[in-house]
Amino acid sequence: MTEKYRKVAYYPGCALEGTGHAYNRSTKEVGKALGLELVELENWNCCGAMEVKNVDPKLQTFLSARNLKIAEDMGFDTVMAPCNGCYHNLKKAEYDLSHDAGSRETVAKLAAKSGDQPYEAGNVETIHALEWIRDAIGTDELHKRIKNSLNGLKIANYYGCMYTRPRHIFPEKDKGPGSESTSKPHFMDDLLAAAGAVNVEFPLKTACCGGAHTLSDSDTSTRLVLNILTTAEACGAEVIATECPTCHSGLEMHQIRAEKVLGKKTNVKILYFTQLLGMALGLSARKVGVNENFSESRDLLKAKGLG
Amino acid sequence: MPIHEKHLIRPENLVRNDKLAIEGVDVSGDWSTFIQTRVITDYNESLQDEIAALPGGEFIHRCWQCGSCTNSCTVNALNPDFNPRYWIYLIRLGMEQELLRDKDIIWQCVSCNKCTYACPRDVVPEAVMHATAHWLELKGYVPEKPSVVFDDVFSGQVFAKGKIEEGRLMRKFFVRTQQKLAQPWLIAMVKGLVSRLPITLLMRLGLAGVVHPRTRNWGRTRDAINEYVGEQNAKHRSALGLPAQSTESHS
Repeated sequence: MTEKYRKVAYYPGCALEGTGHAYNRSTKEVGKALGLELVELENWNCCGAMEVKNVDPKLQTFLSARNLKIAEDMGFDTVMAPCNGCYHNLKKAEYDLSHDAGSRETVAKLAAKSGDQPYEAGNVETIHALEWIRDAIGTDELHKRIKNSLNGLKIANYYGCMYTRPRHIFPEKDKGPGSESTSKPHFMDDLLAAAGAVNVEFPLKTACCGGAHTLSDSDTSTRLVLNILTTAEACGAEVIATECPTCHSGLEMHQIRAEKVLGKKTNVKILYFTQLLGMALGLSARKVGVNENFSESRDLLKAKGLG
Repeated sequence: MPIHEKHLIRPENLVRNDKLAIEGVDVSGDWSTFIQTRVITDYNESLQDEIAALPGGEFIHRCWQCGSCTNSCTVNALNPDFNPRYWIYLIRLGMEQELLRDKDIIWQCVSCNKCTYACPRDVVPEAVMHATAHWLELKGYVPEKPSVVFDDVFSGQVFAKGKIEEGRLMRKFFVRTQQKLAQPWLIAMVKGLVSRLPITLLMRLGLAGVVHPRTRNWGRTRDAINEYVGEQNAKHRSALGLPAQSTESHS
Protein backbone atom coordinates (compact mmCIF):
# COMPACT_ATOMS: atom_id res chain seq x y z
CA MET A 1 0.00 0.00 0.00
CA THR A 2 1.25 3.43 -0.91
CA GLU A 3 0.47 6.76 0.68
CA LYS A 4 -0.87 7.94 -2.64
CA TYR A 5 -4.66 8.30 -2.52
CA ARG A 6 -4.88 7.04 1.09
CA LYS A 7 -6.98 10.08 1.93
CA VAL A 8 -8.85 11.77 -0.92
CA ALA A 9 -11.76 14.14 -1.37
CA TYR A 10 -14.96 12.29 -2.21
CA TYR A 11 -17.50 13.54 -4.76
CA PRO A 12 -20.49 11.17 -4.70
CA GLY A 13 -22.75 13.16 -7.04
CA CYS A 14 -26.54 13.19 -7.25
CA ALA A 15 -27.07 9.66 -8.59
CA LEU A 16 -25.25 8.14 -5.62
CA GLU A 17 -27.70 9.86 -3.31
CA GLY A 18 -30.61 8.45 -5.33
CA THR A 19 -30.82 5.33 -7.49
CA GLY A 20 -27.12 4.64 -7.00
CA HIS A 21 -27.10 4.64 -3.21
CA ALA A 22 -25.94 1.01 -3.16
CA TYR A 23 -22.83 2.18 -5.02
CA ASN A 24 -22.31 4.99 -2.51
CA ARG A 25 -22.68 2.61 0.42
CA SER A 26 -20.46 -0.11 -1.03
CA THR A 27 -17.75 2.36 -2.09
CA LYS A 28 -17.56 3.77 1.43
CA GLU A 29 -17.58 0.29 2.99
CA VAL A 30 -14.81 -0.97 0.72
CA GLY A 31 -12.75 2.13 1.52
CA LYS A 32 -13.24 1.52 5.23
CA ALA A 33 -12.34 -2.17 4.93
CA LEU A 34 -9.15 -1.25 3.08
CA GLY A 35 -8.15 1.52 5.50
CA LEU A 36 -8.66 4.31 2.97
CA GLU A 37 -10.20 7.61 3.96
CA LEU A 38 -12.84 9.53 2.03
CA VAL A 39 -13.76 13.10 2.93
CA GLU A 40 -16.93 14.23 1.20
CA LEU A 41 -16.84 17.59 -0.58
CA GLU A 42 -18.66 20.20 1.44
CA ASN A 43 -21.78 21.57 -0.18
CA TRP A 44 -21.08 20.12 -3.61
CA ASN A 45 -23.37 20.61 -6.59
CA CYS A 46 -24.40 18.54 -9.62
CA CYS A 47 -21.61 18.20 -12.22
CA GLY A 48 -24.10 18.81 -15.05
CA ALA A 49 -24.43 15.10 -15.92
CA MET A 50 -25.34 14.35 -19.55
CA GLU A 51 -27.91 17.12 -19.80
CA VAL A 52 -26.49 20.54 -19.00
CA LYS A 53 -23.94 20.29 -21.82
CA ASN A 54 -26.86 20.15 -24.25
CA VAL A 55 -28.06 23.48 -22.90
CA ASP A 56 -24.54 24.91 -22.85
CA PRO A 57 -21.22 23.03 -22.59
CA LYS A 58 -19.48 25.89 -20.80
CA LEU A 59 -22.13 25.85 -18.12
CA GLN A 60 -21.26 22.24 -17.47
CA THR A 61 -17.60 23.22 -17.19
CA PHE A 62 -18.58 25.86 -14.62
CA LEU A 63 -20.67 23.43 -12.55
CA SER A 64 -17.93 20.79 -12.54
CA ALA A 65 -15.16 23.29 -11.85
CA ARG A 66 -17.06 24.57 -8.81
CA ASN A 67 -16.63 21.12 -7.25
CA LEU A 68 -12.93 21.01 -8.09
CA LYS A 69 -12.55 24.36 -6.37
CA ILE A 70 -14.27 23.01 -3.25
CA ALA A 71 -11.78 20.12 -3.18
CA GLU A 72 -8.92 22.57 -3.51
CA ASP A 73 -10.27 24.83 -0.76
CA MET A 74 -10.56 21.82 1.53
CA GLY A 75 -6.84 21.21 1.01
CA PHE A 76 -7.04 18.24 -1.33
CA ASP A 77 -5.09 17.68 -4.53
CA THR A 78 -7.17 14.64 -5.48
CA VAL A 79 -10.91 14.12 -5.77
CA MET A 80 -12.41 10.68 -6.27
CA ALA A 81 -15.69 10.31 -8.16
CA PRO A 82 -17.18 6.80 -8.43
CA CYS A 83 -19.83 7.88 -10.97
CA ASN A 84 -18.66 7.76 -14.57
CA GLY A 85 -20.67 10.86 -15.42
CA CYS A 86 -19.17 12.94 -12.60
CA TYR A 87 -15.69 11.57 -13.28
CA HIS A 88 -16.01 12.36 -16.97
CA ASN A 89 -17.32 15.87 -16.38
CA LEU A 90 -14.66 16.83 -13.84
CA LYS A 91 -12.03 15.50 -16.24
CA LYS A 92 -13.60 17.42 -19.10
CA ALA A 93 -13.71 20.61 -17.05
CA GLU A 94 -10.02 20.17 -16.26
CA TYR A 95 -9.25 19.66 -19.95
CA ASP A 96 -11.35 22.58 -21.16
CA LEU A 97 -9.97 24.95 -18.56
CA SER A 98 -6.41 24.13 -19.52
CA HIS A 99 -7.01 24.25 -23.30
CA ASP A 100 -9.75 26.75 -24.00
CA ALA A 101 -9.60 30.44 -23.15
CA GLY A 102 -13.33 30.82 -23.78
CA SER A 103 -14.14 28.25 -21.09
CA ARG A 104 -11.80 29.97 -18.62
CA GLU A 105 -13.45 33.29 -19.30
CA THR A 106 -17.01 31.98 -18.86
CA VAL A 107 -16.11 30.10 -15.68
CA ALA A 108 -14.38 33.18 -14.24
CA LYS A 109 -17.37 35.37 -15.07
CA LEU A 110 -19.92 33.01 -13.58
CA ALA A 111 -17.79 32.38 -10.48
CA ALA A 112 -17.42 36.13 -9.91
CA LYS A 113 -21.17 36.67 -10.15
CA SER A 114 -21.72 33.77 -7.75
CA GLY A 115 -19.28 35.32 -5.29
CA ASP A 116 -16.75 32.48 -5.63
CA GLN A 117 -13.15 32.21 -6.71
CA PRO A 118 -12.81 30.38 -10.04
CA TYR A 119 -11.03 27.04 -10.18
CA GLU A 120 -7.73 27.06 -12.04
CA ALA A 121 -6.68 24.03 -14.04
CA GLY A 122 -3.92 21.85 -12.67
CA ASN A 123 -4.69 22.14 -8.97
CA VAL A 124 -6.83 19.05 -8.40
CA GLU A 125 -6.57 15.63 -9.98
CA THR A 126 -9.80 13.72 -10.62
CA ILE A 127 -9.71 9.94 -10.26
CA HIS A 128 -12.28 7.19 -10.60
CA ALA A 129 -13.04 4.69 -7.81
CA LEU A 130 -11.26 2.05 -9.93
CA GLU A 131 -8.05 4.10 -10.04
CA TRP A 132 -8.40 4.94 -6.36
CA ILE A 133 -8.43 1.31 -5.18
CA ARG A 134 -5.95 0.14 -7.76
CA ASP A 135 -3.38 2.83 -7.04
CA ALA A 136 -3.87 3.14 -3.29
CA ILE A 137 -3.90 -0.59 -2.59
CA GLY A 138 -2.68 -2.41 -5.69
CA THR A 139 -3.84 -5.78 -6.91
CA ASP A 140 -1.20 -7.81 -5.01
CA GLU A 141 -2.07 -6.22 -1.68
CA LEU A 142 -5.78 -6.52 -2.44
CA HIS A 143 -5.33 -10.20 -3.15
CA LYS A 144 -3.71 -10.68 0.28
CA ARG A 145 -6.64 -9.02 2.00
CA ILE A 146 -9.35 -11.14 0.40
CA LYS A 147 -11.19 -13.08 3.10
CA ASN A 148 -13.95 -14.61 1.03
CA SER A 149 -12.77 -15.29 -2.52
CA LEU A 150 -15.19 -14.67 -5.37
CA ASN A 151 -14.29 -18.26 -6.08
CA GLY A 152 -14.39 -18.39 -9.85
CA LEU A 153 -17.55 -16.29 -10.21
CA LYS A 154 -17.77 -15.56 -13.94
CA ILE A 155 -17.88 -11.83 -14.53
CA ALA A 156 -18.33 -9.61 -17.57
CA ASN A 157 -16.75 -6.25 -16.79
CA TYR A 158 -18.78 -3.39 -18.15
CA TYR A 159 -17.20 0.08 -18.20
CA GLY A 160 -19.60 2.04 -20.41
CA CYS A 161 -18.87 5.18 -22.40
CA MET A 162 -17.89 7.95 -20.05
CA TYR A 163 -14.92 6.22 -18.42
CA THR A 164 -12.85 6.17 -21.59
CA ARG A 165 -14.38 8.48 -24.19
CA PRO A 166 -13.40 10.82 -25.66
CA ARG A 167 -9.76 9.91 -25.23
CA HIS A 168 -8.32 13.44 -25.11
CA ILE A 169 -9.80 14.26 -21.70
CA PHE A 170 -7.96 11.30 -20.15
CA PRO A 171 -4.30 12.15 -20.85
CA GLU A 172 -3.09 9.53 -18.34
CA LYS A 173 -4.73 6.66 -20.23
CA ASP A 174 -3.21 4.71 -23.14
CA LYS A 175 0.30 5.21 -21.76
CA GLY A 176 1.41 1.63 -22.16
CA PRO A 177 1.82 -1.13 -19.55
CA GLY A 178 0.33 -0.23 -16.19
CA SER A 179 -1.92 2.48 -17.54
CA GLU A 180 -5.59 2.16 -18.37
CA SER A 181 -6.58 1.43 -21.96
CA THR A 182 -9.38 3.42 -23.56
CA SER A 183 -10.19 0.75 -26.14
CA LYS A 184 -9.94 -2.25 -23.83
CA PRO A 185 -10.06 -1.06 -20.22
CA HIS A 186 -8.90 -3.56 -17.61
CA PHE A 187 -8.68 -1.90 -14.17
CA MET A 188 -11.94 -3.48 -13.01
CA ASP A 189 -10.92 -6.83 -14.47
CA ASP A 190 -7.61 -6.61 -12.55
CA LEU A 191 -9.28 -5.82 -9.22
CA LEU A 192 -11.94 -8.51 -9.53
CA ALA A 193 -9.39 -11.10 -10.67
CA ALA A 194 -7.39 -10.29 -7.53
CA ALA A 195 -10.58 -11.00 -5.57
CA GLY A 196 -10.90 -14.45 -7.14
CA ALA A 197 -13.26 -13.83 -10.05
CA VAL A 198 -12.88 -15.27 -13.51
CA ASN A 199 -13.30 -12.48 -16.06
CA VAL A 200 -14.93 -13.65 -19.24
CA GLU A 201 -13.80 -12.29 -22.59
CA PHE A 202 -16.46 -9.61 -23.09
CA PRO A 203 -16.40 -7.57 -26.32
CA LEU A 204 -18.89 -4.93 -25.16
CA LYS A 205 -16.88 -3.47 -22.27
CA THR A 206 -17.24 0.06 -23.59
CA ALA A 207 -20.50 -0.32 -25.51
CA CYS A 208 -23.24 2.20 -24.84
CA CYS A 209 -26.28 1.36 -22.68
CA GLY A 210 -28.22 4.37 -23.99
CA GLY A 211 -28.09 5.89 -20.52
CA ALA A 212 -28.50 9.44 -21.77
CA HIS A 213 -31.91 8.57 -23.20
CA THR A 214 -32.90 5.91 -20.73
CA LEU A 215 -36.27 7.61 -20.17
CA SER A 216 -36.64 9.85 -23.21
CA ASP A 217 -35.98 7.13 -25.80
CA SER A 218 -36.62 3.94 -23.82
CA ASP A 219 -37.00 1.67 -26.83
CA THR A 220 -33.51 2.49 -28.09
CA SER A 221 -32.07 2.02 -24.61
CA THR A 222 -33.83 -1.31 -24.15
CA ARG A 223 -32.40 -2.62 -27.41
CA LEU A 224 -28.90 -1.45 -26.52
CA VAL A 225 -29.08 -2.95 -23.02
CA LEU A 226 -30.55 -6.21 -24.26
CA ASN A 227 -27.60 -6.53 -26.61
CA ILE A 228 -25.20 -6.08 -23.68
CA LEU A 229 -27.09 -8.56 -21.48
CA THR A 230 -27.41 -11.31 -24.10
CA THR A 231 -23.78 -10.89 -25.17
CA ALA A 232 -22.63 -11.18 -21.54
CA GLU A 233 -24.65 -14.38 -21.21
CA ALA A 234 -23.28 -15.73 -24.47
CA CYS A 235 -19.77 -15.06 -23.12
CA GLY A 236 -20.58 -17.24 -20.12
CA ALA A 237 -20.94 -14.47 -17.52
CA GLU A 238 -23.02 -15.01 -14.39
CA VAL A 239 -22.63 -11.39 -13.32
CA ILE A 240 -22.08 -8.07 -15.06
CA ALA A 241 -19.88 -5.87 -12.89
CA THR A 242 -20.56 -2.15 -13.23
CA GLU A 243 -18.75 1.01 -12.18
CA CYS A 244 -21.31 3.69 -13.05
CA PRO A 245 -24.71 4.34 -11.45
CA THR A 246 -26.32 5.35 -14.76
CA CYS A 247 -25.10 2.22 -16.56
CA HIS A 248 -26.04 0.11 -13.56
CA SER A 249 -29.59 1.34 -13.17
CA GLY A 250 -29.97 1.42 -16.96
CA LEU A 251 -29.03 -2.26 -17.19
CA GLU A 252 -31.33 -3.16 -14.31
CA MET A 253 -34.25 -1.11 -15.56
CA HIS A 254 -34.05 -2.24 -19.18
CA GLN A 255 -33.48 -5.86 -18.18
CA ILE A 256 -36.93 -5.69 -16.61
CA ARG A 257 -38.32 -3.58 -19.46
CA ALA A 258 -36.98 -6.02 -22.10
CA GLU A 259 -38.81 -8.80 -20.31
CA LYS A 260 -42.07 -6.87 -19.92
CA VAL A 261 -42.14 -5.07 -23.27
CA LEU A 262 -40.16 -7.29 -25.67
CA GLY A 263 -40.71 -10.60 -23.90
CA LYS A 264 -36.94 -11.22 -23.77
CA LYS A 265 -35.82 -12.56 -20.42
CA THR A 266 -32.16 -12.57 -19.38
CA ASN A 267 -30.78 -13.99 -16.15
CA VAL A 268 -27.35 -12.42 -15.84
CA LYS A 269 -27.03 -10.54 -12.51
CA ILE A 270 -25.94 -6.93 -12.24
CA LEU A 271 -23.70 -5.82 -9.38
CA TYR A 272 -21.42 -2.86 -8.70
CA PHE A 273 -17.77 -3.86 -8.65
CA THR A 274 -17.56 -2.35 -5.16
CA GLN A 275 -20.31 -4.72 -3.98
CA LEU A 276 -18.33 -7.69 -5.31
CA LEU A 277 -15.08 -6.41 -3.79
CA GLY A 278 -16.81 -5.71 -0.49
CA MET A 279 -18.16 -9.24 -0.21
CA ALA A 280 -14.74 -10.61 -1.14
CA LEU A 281 -13.30 -8.50 1.68
CA GLY A 282 -15.67 -10.28 4.06
CA LEU A 283 -18.53 -7.76 4.23
CA SER A 284 -22.11 -9.02 4.20
CA ALA A 285 -24.36 -8.65 1.15
CA ARG A 286 -26.59 -6.31 3.14
CA LYS A 287 -23.64 -4.14 4.20
CA VAL A 288 -22.75 -3.49 0.55
CA GLY A 289 -26.39 -2.84 -0.34
CA VAL A 290 -27.14 -5.88 -2.51
CA ASN A 291 -30.77 -5.69 -1.37
CA GLU A 292 -30.93 -2.11 -2.65
CA ASN A 293 -30.31 -3.20 -6.25
CA PHE A 294 -33.26 -3.55 -8.58
CA SER A 295 -31.69 -6.72 -9.95
CA GLU A 296 -32.21 -9.67 -7.59
CA SER A 297 -28.91 -11.52 -7.22
CA ARG A 298 -29.06 -12.88 -3.66
CA ASP A 299 -29.75 -16.49 -4.64
CA LEU A 300 -26.72 -16.66 -6.90
CA LEU A 301 -24.53 -15.01 -4.26
CA LYS A 302 -25.73 -17.45 -1.60
CA ALA A 303 -25.06 -20.39 -3.91
CA LYS A 304 -21.53 -19.05 -4.37
CA GLY A 305 -21.00 -18.69 -0.64
CA LEU A 306 -20.84 -14.90 -0.79
CA GLY A 307 -22.50 -12.29 1.39
CA MET B 1 -20.64 -2.42 -40.28
CA PRO B 2 -20.91 -0.85 -43.71
CA ILE B 3 -21.82 2.77 -44.11
CA HIS B 4 -25.38 2.93 -45.28
CA GLU B 5 -26.06 5.46 -47.94
CA LYS B 6 -29.35 6.80 -49.10
CA HIS B 7 -30.77 6.12 -52.48
CA LEU B 8 -30.95 9.27 -54.52
CA ILE B 9 -33.53 7.61 -56.75
CA ARG B 10 -36.53 7.78 -54.47
CA PRO B 11 -40.06 6.54 -55.22
CA GLU B 12 -41.39 10.11 -55.29
CA ASN B 13 -38.86 11.05 -57.99
CA LEU B 14 -40.01 8.33 -60.34
CA VAL B 15 -42.57 9.15 -63.00
CA ARG B 16 -44.52 6.31 -64.51
CA ASN B 17 -47.31 6.82 -67.03
CA ASP B 18 -50.07 4.33 -67.42
CA LYS B 19 -51.23 5.97 -70.58
CA LEU B 20 -48.79 7.96 -72.64
CA ALA B 21 -48.25 8.37 -76.32
CA ILE B 22 -45.34 10.38 -77.71
CA GLU B 23 -45.58 11.31 -81.36
CA GLY B 24 -48.14 8.60 -81.92
CA VAL B 25 -46.03 5.89 -80.27
CA ASP B 26 -47.54 4.25 -77.20
CA VAL B 27 -45.03 4.45 -74.33
CA SER B 28 -47.33 3.42 -71.46
CA GLY B 29 -46.20 1.14 -68.62
CA ASP B 30 -43.05 0.31 -66.68
CA TRP B 31 -40.54 0.51 -69.47
CA SER B 32 -41.08 4.21 -69.86
CA THR B 33 -40.42 5.08 -66.22
CA PHE B 34 -38.69 8.42 -65.93
CA ILE B 35 -36.59 9.86 -63.16
CA GLN B 36 -37.41 13.46 -62.45
CA THR B 37 -34.51 15.77 -63.02
CA ARG B 38 -32.79 16.54 -59.76
CA VAL B 39 -31.92 20.18 -59.76
CA ILE B 40 -31.20 21.66 -56.41
CA THR B 41 -31.70 25.38 -56.22
CA ASP B 42 -32.87 25.90 -52.65
CA TYR B 43 -29.50 25.90 -50.92
CA ASN B 44 -29.31 27.51 -47.53
CA GLU B 45 -25.88 29.02 -47.93
CA SER B 46 -25.63 29.97 -44.30
CA LEU B 47 -26.59 26.53 -42.94
CA GLN B 48 -23.07 25.60 -41.83
CA ASP B 49 -22.60 29.00 -40.20
CA GLU B 50 -25.89 28.64 -38.36
CA ILE B 51 -24.95 25.23 -36.97
CA ALA B 52 -21.47 26.51 -36.11
CA ALA B 53 -23.00 29.38 -34.16
CA LEU B 54 -24.68 26.95 -31.76
CA PRO B 55 -22.77 25.30 -28.92
CA GLY B 56 -21.14 22.09 -30.15
CA GLY B 57 -21.29 22.94 -33.83
CA GLU B 58 -18.09 25.02 -33.84
CA PHE B 59 -15.83 22.49 -35.56
CA ILE B 60 -18.11 21.19 -38.28
CA HIS B 61 -15.96 22.86 -40.96
CA ARG B 62 -13.09 20.48 -40.18
CA CYS B 63 -14.93 17.43 -41.51
CA TRP B 64 -13.39 15.69 -44.50
CA GLN B 65 -16.10 13.03 -44.81
CA CYS B 66 -14.11 9.93 -43.84
CA GLY B 67 -17.21 8.35 -42.32
CA SER B 68 -15.54 7.20 -39.07
CA CYS B 69 -18.40 8.74 -37.10
CA THR B 70 -21.16 6.82 -38.85
CA ASN B 71 -19.02 3.71 -38.86
CA SER B 72 -18.61 3.78 -35.08
CA CYS B 73 -22.10 5.07 -34.29
CA THR B 74 -24.17 3.24 -31.66
CA VAL B 75 -27.51 4.46 -33.01
CA ASN B 76 -26.56 3.79 -36.65
CA ALA B 77 -26.20 0.11 -35.73
CA LEU B 78 -29.87 0.13 -34.72
CA ASN B 79 -31.13 2.44 -37.43
CA PRO B 80 -29.14 2.82 -40.69
CA ASP B 81 -30.93 6.10 -41.39
CA PHE B 82 -29.10 7.64 -38.44
CA ASN B 83 -26.07 8.87 -40.35
CA PRO B 84 -23.93 11.65 -38.82
CA ARG B 85 -21.47 11.77 -41.71
CA TYR B 86 -24.28 12.31 -44.20
CA TRP B 87 -25.88 15.03 -42.12
CA ILE B 88 -22.58 16.85 -41.76
CA TYR B 89 -22.23 16.59 -45.54
CA LEU B 90 -25.69 18.06 -46.11
CA ILE B 91 -25.09 20.87 -43.64
CA ARG B 92 -21.80 21.82 -45.24
CA LEU B 93 -23.41 21.90 -48.67
CA GLY B 94 -26.40 23.83 -47.37
CA MET B 95 -28.90 21.16 -48.40
CA GLU B 96 -31.45 22.06 -45.79
CA GLN B 97 -34.42 20.28 -47.39
CA GLU B 98 -32.49 17.01 -47.54
CA LEU B 99 -31.49 17.39 -43.90
CA LEU B 100 -35.10 17.98 -42.91
CA ARG B 101 -36.03 14.52 -44.18
CA ASP B 102 -34.30 13.14 -41.07
CA LYS B 103 -35.45 15.82 -38.65
CA ASP B 104 -37.31 13.37 -36.43
CA ILE B 105 -34.36 11.10 -35.64
CA ILE B 106 -31.39 13.46 -35.21
CA TRP B 107 -32.23 13.99 -31.52
CA GLN B 108 -31.72 10.27 -30.86
CA CYS B 109 -27.92 10.58 -30.49
CA VAL B 110 -27.09 8.82 -27.19
CA SER B 111 -23.85 10.79 -26.57
CA CYS B 112 -21.71 7.64 -26.34
CA ASN B 113 -18.87 9.64 -27.92
CA LYS B 114 -17.66 6.78 -30.11
CA CYS B 115 -17.68 9.20 -33.05
CA THR B 116 -15.70 11.81 -31.15
CA TYR B 117 -13.22 9.10 -30.20
CA ALA B 118 -12.89 7.93 -33.80
CA CYS B 119 -12.89 11.30 -35.59
CA PRO B 120 -9.44 12.09 -37.02
CA ARG B 121 -10.31 15.76 -37.48
CA ASP B 122 -11.70 16.63 -34.03
CA VAL B 123 -15.06 17.63 -35.45
CA VAL B 124 -16.72 16.38 -32.22
CA PRO B 125 -19.61 14.87 -34.18
CA GLU B 126 -21.50 14.10 -30.96
CA ALA B 127 -21.71 17.82 -30.21
CA VAL B 128 -22.60 18.58 -33.85
CA MET B 129 -25.59 16.22 -33.50
CA HIS B 130 -26.80 18.16 -30.48
CA ALA B 131 -26.22 21.49 -32.21
CA THR B 132 -28.23 20.22 -35.19
CA ALA B 133 -31.08 18.99 -32.97
CA HIS B 134 -31.00 22.37 -31.23
CA TRP B 135 -31.09 24.15 -34.60
CA LEU B 136 -34.10 22.12 -35.78
CA GLU B 137 -35.95 23.18 -32.68
CA LEU B 138 -34.99 26.84 -32.73
CA LYS B 139 -36.06 27.03 -36.37
CA GLY B 140 -39.39 25.50 -35.43
CA TYR B 141 -38.97 22.49 -37.73
CA VAL B 142 -39.69 19.98 -34.99
CA PRO B 143 -41.77 20.04 -31.83
CA GLU B 144 -39.89 19.67 -28.57
CA LYS B 145 -38.34 16.18 -28.55
CA PRO B 146 -38.41 13.99 -25.41
CA SER B 147 -34.64 14.23 -24.93
CA VAL B 148 -34.84 18.00 -25.01
CA VAL B 149 -37.64 17.98 -22.46
CA PHE B 150 -35.45 15.77 -20.30
CA ASP B 151 -32.41 18.05 -20.70
CA ASP B 152 -34.59 20.99 -19.87
CA VAL B 153 -36.24 19.51 -16.80
CA PHE B 154 -32.91 18.19 -15.57
CA SER B 155 -30.96 21.39 -16.18
CA GLY B 156 -33.77 23.47 -14.73
CA GLN B 157 -33.55 21.52 -11.51
CA VAL B 158 -29.76 21.82 -11.36
CA PHE B 159 -29.87 25.55 -12.06
CA ALA B 160 -32.53 26.12 -9.42
CA LYS B 161 -31.26 23.85 -6.62
CA GLY B 162 -27.69 22.87 -7.47
CA LYS B 163 -28.59 19.17 -7.19
CA ILE B 164 -30.85 16.55 -8.73
CA GLU B 165 -33.46 14.43 -7.01
CA GLU B 166 -34.24 11.62 -9.43
CA GLY B 167 -37.77 10.80 -8.29
CA ARG B 168 -38.90 14.37 -8.81
CA LEU B 169 -37.03 14.61 -12.10
CA MET B 170 -38.73 11.49 -13.39
CA ARG B 171 -42.21 12.61 -12.33
CA LYS B 172 -41.76 16.03 -13.97
CA PHE B 173 -40.45 14.43 -17.15
CA PHE B 174 -43.36 12.00 -17.40
CA VAL B 175 -45.85 14.79 -16.84
CA ARG B 176 -44.33 17.04 -19.50
CA THR B 177 -44.14 14.27 -22.07
CA GLN B 178 -47.66 13.15 -21.12
CA GLN B 179 -46.71 9.58 -20.26
CA LYS B 180 -48.29 7.53 -17.53
CA LEU B 181 -46.01 6.93 -14.59
CA ALA B 182 -47.75 3.58 -14.06
CA GLN B 183 -45.85 1.70 -16.79
CA PRO B 184 -45.96 -2.09 -16.19
CA TRP B 185 -42.17 -2.42 -16.22
CA LEU B 186 -41.75 0.46 -13.76
CA ILE B 187 -44.27 -1.11 -11.43
CA ALA B 188 -42.42 -4.45 -11.63
CA MET B 189 -39.16 -2.67 -10.75
CA VAL B 190 -40.55 -0.81 -7.77
CA LYS B 191 -42.41 -3.87 -6.44
CA GLY B 192 -39.24 -5.94 -6.47
CA LEU B 193 -37.32 -3.24 -4.66
CA VAL B 194 -39.96 -2.57 -2.02
CA SER B 195 -40.08 -6.28 -1.13
CA ARG B 196 -36.36 -6.23 -0.31
CA LEU B 197 -35.64 -2.86 1.23
CA PRO B 198 -35.69 -2.19 4.95
CA ILE B 199 -38.47 0.20 5.93
CA THR B 200 -36.08 2.88 7.25
CA LEU B 201 -34.39 3.19 3.88
CA LEU B 202 -37.72 3.38 2.10
CA MET B 203 -38.74 6.21 4.41
CA ARG B 204 -35.49 8.04 3.71
CA LEU B 205 -36.05 7.70 -0.03
CA GLY B 206 -39.62 8.93 0.32
CA LEU B 207 -38.39 11.87 2.37
CA ALA B 208 -35.95 12.88 -0.39
CA GLY B 209 -39.00 13.40 -2.58
CA VAL B 210 -40.42 15.89 -0.09
CA VAL B 211 -37.31 17.60 1.21
CA HIS B 212 -35.49 18.30 -2.03
CA PRO B 213 -31.73 17.95 -1.91
CA ARG B 214 -30.10 21.27 -2.61
CA THR B 215 -26.75 22.99 -2.51
CA ARG B 216 -26.67 25.64 0.24
CA ASN B 217 -26.26 29.33 -0.58
CA TRP B 218 -27.03 28.63 -4.19
CA GLY B 219 -29.07 31.79 -4.84
CA ARG B 220 -26.36 33.94 -6.43
CA THR B 221 -25.09 31.04 -8.51
CA ARG B 222 -28.63 30.32 -9.67
CA ASP B 223 -29.11 33.93 -10.74
CA ALA B 224 -25.73 34.02 -12.51
CA ILE B 225 -26.56 30.82 -14.42
CA ASN B 226 -30.03 31.96 -15.44
CA GLU B 227 -28.68 35.28 -16.64
CA TYR B 228 -26.00 33.49 -18.67
CA VAL B 229 -28.53 31.07 -20.19
CA GLY B 230 -30.71 34.02 -21.19
CA GLU B 231 -27.73 35.78 -22.83
CA GLN B 232 -26.75 32.64 -24.71
CA ASN B 233 -30.29 32.03 -25.94
CA ALA B 234 -30.49 35.55 -27.27
CA LYS B 235 -27.14 35.09 -28.99
CA HIS B 236 -28.21 31.84 -30.64
CA ARG B 237 -31.50 33.26 -31.84
CA SER B 238 -29.83 36.28 -33.36
CA ALA B 239 -27.21 34.07 -35.09
CA LEU B 240 -30.07 32.21 -36.74
CA GLY B 241 -31.83 35.43 -37.67
CA LEU B 242 -34.74 34.71 -35.32
CA PRO B 243 -36.59 37.41 -33.39
CA ALA B 244 -35.72 37.83 -29.72
CA GLN B 245 -37.84 35.84 -27.30
CA SER B 246 -39.37 36.88 -24.04
CA THR B 247 -36.99 35.67 -21.34
CA GLU B 248 -37.76 32.18 -20.10
CA SER B 249 -36.91 31.34 -16.55
CA HIS B 250 -36.00 27.85 -15.38
CA SER B 251 -38.05 26.60 -12.51
